[in-house]
Amino acid sequence: MMNLLKSLLVWVDERFPLVSTWKAHLSEYYAPKNFNFWYFFGGLALLVLVIQILSGIFLTMNYKPDALFAFSSVEYIMRDVQWGWLLRYIHSTGASMFFIVIYLHMFRGLMYGSYRKPRELLWIIGMIIYLALMGEAFMGYLLPWGQMSFWGAQVIVNLFSSVPFIGPDLAIMIRGDFVVSDITLNRFFALHVVAIPLVLVLIIVAHLVALHEVGSNNPDGIEIKKHKHTNGVPMDGVAFFPYMVVKDGVAAVAFLMVFSAVVFFAPDMGGYFLEYNNFVPANPMKTPEHIAPVWYFTPYYAILRAVPPMFGSQFPGVVAMGVATVIFFALPWLDRGPVKSIRYRGPIYKTFLAAFVVSFVGLGYLGLMPATPTYTLISRILAVVYFAFFFLMPWYTKIDACKPEPDRVTSK
Amino acid sequence: MKAIKKVIVWAMLACMPVLANASGGEVHLDKAPLNLQDQASLQRGAKLFTSRCLACHSASSMRYNRLNDIGMSDAQIRADLELPEDVKVGSTMQAAMDAGSAKMAYGVAPPDLSVIARSRSADWLYTYMRGFYADESRPSGWNNTVFPSVGMPFVLADLQGTQEAEKHEGHVVKLMLKEAGSMSAVEYDHTIADLVNYLVFMSEPAILVRHQIGWIVLIFLSVLLALMYALKKEIWKDIH
Repeated sequence: MMNLLKSLLVWVDERFPLVSTWKAHLSEYYAPKNFNFWYFFGGLALLVLVIQILSGIFLTMNYKPDALFAFSSVEYIMRDVQWGWLLRYIHSTGASMFFIVIYLHMFRGLMYGSYRKPRELLWIIGMIIYLALMGEAFMGYLLPWGQMSFWGAQVIVNLFSSVPFIGPDLAIMIRGDFVVSDITLNRFFALHVVAIPLVLVLIIVAHLVALHEVGSNNPDGIEIKKHKHTNGVPMDGVAFFPYMVVKDGVAAVAFLMVFSAVVFFAPDMGGYFLEYNNFVPANPMKTPEHIAPVWYFTPYYAILRAVPPMFGSQFPGVVAMGVATVIFFALPWLDRGPVKSIRYRGPIYKTFLAAFVVSFVGLGYLGLMPATPTYTLISRILAVVYFAFFFLMPWYTKIDACKPEPDRVTSK
Repeated sequence: MKAIKKVIVWAMLACMPVLANASGGEVHLDKAPLNLQDQASLQRGAKLFTSRCLACHSASSMRYNRLNDIGMSDAQIRADLELPEDVKVGSTMQAAMDAGSAKMAYGVAPPDLSVIARSRSADWLYTYMRGFYADESRPSGWNNTVFPSVGMPFVLADLQGTQEAEKHEGHVVKLMLKEAGSMSAVEYDHTIADLVNYLVFMSEPAILVRHQIGWIVLIFLSVLLALMYALKKEIWKDIH
């Protein structure tokens, strides 16, 4: 039996690089042994992707992308489809969870300088994944065809119409109609179910290929490849299989417990994962009093509202929102610090990073609230803090009093 | 390093209670005394719902035989809810009045109530159904504390009686019973609690099973977590 399997493996290996791929990416891919809590979220993001694709496939079997039937088909899934409620809650919880793990994954990058040379391209590919994910979430949110689906899409698509000259035509091109309609629903369905997931999977593969080319960063922000045993294995590295697989496995189970707790005990998360108003069918004739995007977009929405209209146009706010999103791309070149990890940075960087976190969370909160004068003022202050973190970075990372990096990785 | 971590974690935690209150309203809502384990209450609610609410409202996502979940057999559903011969027990709940005539009569089409407890919340419904008062300025003769200028007339006036509002600077400060109905105030509150209990069940029938299944899943995962952790310890024991 064993011999038969062995000869089968030889047969395959002569025709497909099975053993060498396994070695290169798992059994002989070395990750730093000092990974801490913050290094779980990349793997967890991959887990959520799989959860979303699987639950999404089964939802697609029962959902109807038609303005007349979309809302009721979701209720049909919730009631008449066997385990349909579970599929739907897994998918809706997965959407929010995706952003939670991605935001923590990105924050890890900020803390330990994971975007720095030689990982610039890895970071950029990651940012493209993030943008694709935002598109995926935005289009998916239209599908339940509730009031928030409809009016959220209406507000966001209208942003494009503020672009000078081409704006109105651009908005019509996106919607396929003069307002968000059945046509918009159909094309968003196609993009959500086929186009963007395909792109996402491809660029996630590219993200992993780039990662395995340069190797992982670690909480010390130093390269484990500098110190190798004579056989070429990094002294501070452990093989991804089995070490990292079992370590990430523990995190995956713990994460699934949190995930299940939400799915089974608080699927609407107090109105943040499933907005209450979205249980009212879309009505183009009735604008809700208060339109708030889902929580994961609210920091940018708050920045949009914080910028006052200029020359009678919302465009400056739209630009600010766009810049706030894509500014992350420039991080590898904005950061001039002599060290990568927050462990060896000076007090200035730590202060700026803390202020940035406060501004991001604060803007996220304000984006959910109606725009009162006080809130708008606070949003403006926080938006300035948000941008200061990036635009002043070349200066403050340079003058900061950093500590010397260790030669080898430290464990805690 | 440690200090900065703490600052960040605290900043995040500090925002949470604020977030939890983000959707706070201006109107005071009474807490609905829900008990989804109480099948008798759910059944009373279902009867009231089908006999009164379905006159004008539909619940087009709800099938009659879903009431099996709250302990009613098909025969009971047919008999207790007085289903007409041509309505199958597997049909969805349709309004007796068609939407067009209802719109003519009330100025607005009565909304479908399938998921009303999810969009409005149980507390809102509980307060709303106890907050009608006589108001001659309204075409229907009725107004409501949580839904000012509501289009719906008060269809349970025979049960609760007629309330009158004591206003201060245009705001309702107190409701007083002017004319008694067939029920006492306590009886009426219980009846509305049954109705809201039912509406919560109807908005998400799976709510009756999902907590139970959730505990099973969490117990399974905690065993798996212990095993995974032991496996990790074993495999990592020679890494220092």
